[in-house]
Amino acid sequence: MSSDSSVQVRRRNFIKGSLALIFAAQCPAGFGAKHSPAGAGLLNGFVKIDVDNVVTLLANHSEFGNGAYTVMSMMLAEELDVDYKAIKIVDAPTTPEYYSPLFREYLTAGSVTTGSSWLPMRTAGAKARAMLLQAAAKKLNVSVGELSTELGHVKHETSGRVLAYGDLLEVIEREGIQPPDRVELKQSSDFKILGKPAPRHEAPGKVDGTAVYGIDIKLPGMLYGSIARPPVFGGVAAEFDPAVALAMPGVVKVKQIRAGVVVLAKTFWQAKQARDRLQITWNDGANADVSTEKFYEEYRQLADQPGLLAEDIGDSIKTIAESAPDKVFDATYELPLLAHATLEPLNCVARVTDGGCEIWSGTQYQSNDQEVISRFLGIPQEQVIIHRPLMGGSFGRRSSKSADFTVEAVEAAMGEEVPVQIIWTREEDIQSGFYRPLFVHKMRGCLDDAGMPLAWHQTAVGQSLMQGSKHDPNYMVRGMDIYSLDGCLQEPFGVFPYGTSYQIPHHRVESHNAPRVGYVPQEWRSVGHTHTGIAYECFLDELAHHGGIDPLELRLRLSKDHPRMQRVLQTLREKSNWEKPLPKGKARGMASRIYSVSPIAQAVEITVHDNGEFSVDKVVCVLDCGFAVNPLGVEGQVEGGIALGLGAVAFGQIDIESGRVQQSNFHNYSVLRYPQMPTVEVHILPSDEAPTGVGEQATTPIAPAVANALFRATGKRIRRFPLVSQGFKLV
Amino acid sequence: MTKLTINGELLTVDADEETPLLWVLRDHLQLTGTKFGCGIAQCGACTVHVDGQPTRSCVTPLATVAGRSINTIEGERNEGQFSVIQQAWLDVDVAQCGYCQSGQIMAATALLRDHPNPTDEQISNAMAGHVCRCGTYPRIRKAIALAATRLSDEVKS
Repeated sequence: MSSDSSVQVRRRNFIKGSLALIFAAQCPAGFGAKHSPAGAGLLNGFVKIDVDNVVTLLANHSEFGNGAYTVMSMMLAEELDVDYKAIKIVDAPTTPEYYSPLFREYLTAGSVTTGSSWLPMRTAGAKARAMLLQAAAKKLNVSVGELSTELGHVKHETSGRVLAYGDLLEVIEREGIQPPDRVELKQSSDFKILGKPAPRHEAPGKVDGTAVYGIDIKLPGMLYGSIARPPVFGGVAAEFDPAVALAMPGVVKVKQIRAGVVVLAKTFWQAKQARDRLQITWNDGANADVSTEKFYEEYRQLADQPGLLAEDIGDSIKTIAESAPDKVFDATYELPLLAHATLEPLNCVARVTDGGCEIWSGTQYQSNDQEVISRFLGIPQEQVIIHRPLMGGSFGRRSSKSADFTVEAVEAAMGEEVPVQIIWTREEDIQSGFYRPLFVHKMRGCLDDAGMPLAWHQTAVGQSLMQGSKHDPNYMVRGMDIYSLDGCLQEPFGVFPYGTSYQIPHHRVESHNAPRVGYVPQEWRSVGHTHTGIAYECFLDELAHHGGIDPLELRLRLSKDHPRMQRVLQTLREKSNWEKPLPKGKARGMASRIYSVSPIAQAVEITVHDNGEFSVDKVVCVLDCGFAVNPLGVEGQVEGGIALGLGAVAFGQIDIESGRVQQSNFHNYSVLRYPQMPTVEVHILPSDEAPTGVGEQATTPIAPAVANALFRATGKRIRRFPLVSQGFKLV
Repeated sequence: MTKLTINGELLTVDADEETPLLWVLRDHLQLTGTKFGCGIAQCGACTVHVDGQPTRSCVTPLATVAGRSINTIEGERNEGQFSVIQQAWLDVDVAQCGYCQSGQIMAATALLRDHPNPTDEQISNAMAGHVCRCGTYPRIRKAIALAATRLSDEVKS
């Protein structure tokens, strides 16, 4: 197992004390060129080679099942000519040189890891290789042109001499060999690794139990903490009696922190047992009356009011008003709160000392964690050291803007001599108050005489993810959150070049930021598309039906100026046998979306029974993700996205009544299970374009595709989700 | 003090007898390959074998396994070699986040021992209690089929 390591490797020692060299990655413009504070004269970089010829990759993106470690090691290995599986992966320090070139933060999100690592990782590999070649040329007294590289060695063909990379380090040091300013990257036709199916880098440790996740961190003397959290989000413990808990075996301390009341004990079970016995009087605070049903009522009313205007192409209002009444259609879609329910419950280890703070946290967002902790402790950011183990799923939950599950561990560890690990129970996780926001989309559209959509008028209502956050300037446009309207807009909006491949002549989209009460809206795999995708793609299906146009054909016509989507849809039509009739009781449905520049479309085949039970028998998915760096990984992400999206549309629902979350664990927050998983057929369109994202894309189309298929099978339109709440149970 | 055999080794554990086996393994014996997912036997991440039977260790008090033989994921490698099931998991590239896979592999191992040529229904029954949030179910299906074939080839030869 080579990819964990955050425990064993103390980063400062690792860089300063090593005989190895850190090769300069000479990161492309925009990556930041400051010297690493830990580097003591060494340039920053992604790759280190030891005298024993072990290549280490400093990974600046998180691994939570997304395949980041695999694609990054493949890119490095391709240009450096080493075995990607033999590369050792450690988490890169939380310093600006390692920030995502796109986000300018240390953040793994938005399905951009592959795309934004594409040049930096390959450049790092190519520059390191160039230095090694130069050193070998010096050592062998030959020209670089006579040398070649293969699997971690430089070869001189003529003389048959072979040098291990690790043996060239002293030459590099002695001769002061510097990375070249420019380096040529391989042509795709020369790739040996990239574009070929590659098994997951860190897989071995995941089948024998040796992979180290955050929850597995064990440090000497470490105490475990379990937190009694308020039953109403934002509540505060007014008073509590620690006596019973303190008398229980293993319990060391009971104290109040901002998140609730924490019990520290020798083992987690002891901490949890004592926590469960705490008698606490809670002050429920402002959210005591919050109810998701009331949200729906308020949002429906808001949707009838004019919102902020995101886009107004043509004149939708006038066109609809002047249209014949039988050509105008309305529908309102209601999407519930969703929990992320990562299988590894949230957890974090923190050690607070006079010299600073060290944390071990499975996080997507460590520059923010560092910033929040440094502010909380009143210490400089560089004194907050973050170790990032593997993560048992994330789906957006571990990119917390408030660093909630990290900073609470720091707070719990303050004043303790030893490290403290906070572990959440599943109940805390489901009831945590961090959810995919609840949304209402009011849709109105009219058709032209040929049955094509002529005007579209959509009003989105829900809590904004970005409003008031430090991201506000980049992700809020004229007061509107770009994610509330993900994939709905035809024209550029903020950092998004466009949202949809469809062109409807009159297109008006409005947005309401619902009041920020009751819970924290949190990114959930594929972000706004999780709700906009359902509203947009289901209503489009309604219009197709009313206009008497096949829904796939309609999308082809609406995407006529988007060649990549054209190709995706045409392939889907063919691969799904779209036009082939199905027997009674079975039906097809489809949807298509664009996310992070990757067009994707899915067609499903379902079987519906009289009692409302239905199965999804097959999903055909076609996507264009540019050059597919790891087709095996892409297929896995597609299958996984479909599973997450299907489980959510079928069962996913968090209800809040009187401020209290009604669901608590997997028995009443159902997720997709093995028997419900459809057969998935993935078609990756060949492309030589730069790679684009695949981590989130597949999560979205599955939901509207299934709802649209249910309409075809039953004649019933579903406008409130999940499906099980409308009498359709996935089996 | 409770005596139990773990991965073939006789051990004595000093823990409250009500402590679930999961936390004995993780916090007392440092065997962290067995995972905590739900605490109420709903997700399967904590599955181990007790006298060969797949068991949810999160709801199994230590007292109930005294003197019994427990196998965890750490015991599935034999002299450093992956088991046939683990190897199939690697060859099919099943794991994504990987957190559920210890439990999935323990379940599949018991399934293939009891049903060397499992039907789809038997596979469904054995795996339905195991949540994978990453959605690796299609590859789990493939890996079980691959392992079944290899095991039956082993028997033939």
